[in-house]
Amino acid sequence: MAKIIVITSGKGGVGKTTTSASFATGLALKGYKTVVIDFDVGLRNLDLLMGCERRVVYDFVNVINKEANLNQALIRDKRSDKLHILPASQTRDKDALTVEGVEEVLNELKLSFDYIVCDSPAGIEHGAFMAMYFADEAIVVSNPEISSVRDSDRILGLLSSKTKRAVEGLEPVKEHLLLTRYSPERVEKGEMLSVDDVKDILSLSLLGVIPDSQDVLTASNQGIPVIMNNDSDAALAYNDSVDRFLGDDVPIRFTNTRKRSFLGKLFGRK
Amino acid sequence: MDLFKYFRSKRKSVDVAKERLSILIARDRIQMGQPSFLPMLQKELLEVIQKYVDIDSKDFSLALDTENDCEVLEINVVLPEKATDKM
Repeated sequence: MAKIIVITSGKGGVGKTTTSASFATGLALKGYKTVVIDFDVGLRNLDLLMGCERRVVYDFVNVINKEANLNQALIRDKRSDKLHILPASQTRDKDALTVEGVEEVLNELKLSFDYIVCDSPAGIEHGAFMAMYFADEAIVVSNPEISSVRDSDRILGLLSSKTKRAVEGLEPVKEHLLLTRYSPERVEKGEMLSVDDVKDILSLSLLGVIPDSQDVLTASNQGIPVIMNNDSDAALAYNDSVDRFLGDDVPIRFTNTRKRSFLGKLFGRK
Repeated sequence: MDLFKYFRSKRKSVDVAKERLSILIARDRIQMGQPSFLPMLQKELLEVIQKYVDIDSKDFSLALDTENDCEVLEINVVLPEKATDKM
């Protein structure tokens, strides 16, 4: 049975699309047939991070409006044949996403995919609701920063009250916390909320911690999900998170400062 | 008092963040489950009381609790030591 995962946060700019791109790629690399859907109608960006922006012909809204069928709109990822992308419409109004329309597309996708990853827009407006409404599991992306954590809490409230599972009294949406842009150095100096601080405040199970990394910007510049960069800590952390999501017991890494050697200190090497 | 000031200035920003955040989230969570008329009710009730007694807004609180099957509207008013007659 296909599983629907929403990547959400409330606040913008915390790494939802980066996470959606890497997470979906990670699931596909593990051999699962995965589709990642951009719900950010009007501000489509997922295709850019996946490096397929020039191959977009039809989009999600075209499929809902029956102007194209799913196979015409789905873009096969050039790195993995298990991965497909359903881009958002750049021109339409976000109200083009209707509950019935979204449900119909998701039901069709369920027939041929193992995982359906929904990249939510920021905010708590219609688009964000549509992205979370049919979710079985939710990955709440948060930065260790007060406004982001507050917005995440707000989203958790909505996940437990406004989703299909909540409305119909089914088993609640399974919620995970993914902490991104984490800087162990700043946490050590007392300048940043720690993993435990955020976990305690949100009382949420931790899926992963992605260290603040320059590789994330480099990856988006190139249109290659950061998880593909094997030399990057961020990629390893995303990989661990995917493993944890799939049920493996992997310890959390990259949350401690690296001890600098005596020579390193002497020569100012990091 | 310089010593006192010294220790206070040493307070890490993350502690301030934690404290602000836990208060904020507790308040958000209460408000999420409440009917939307509550802030208005609070404002108007306060205005009515202020017509008769000189109280500050911080001396007035209103909360909606659930006890068993019962919803309880709790209103707390701290009257000044010497309530002056405004009329």
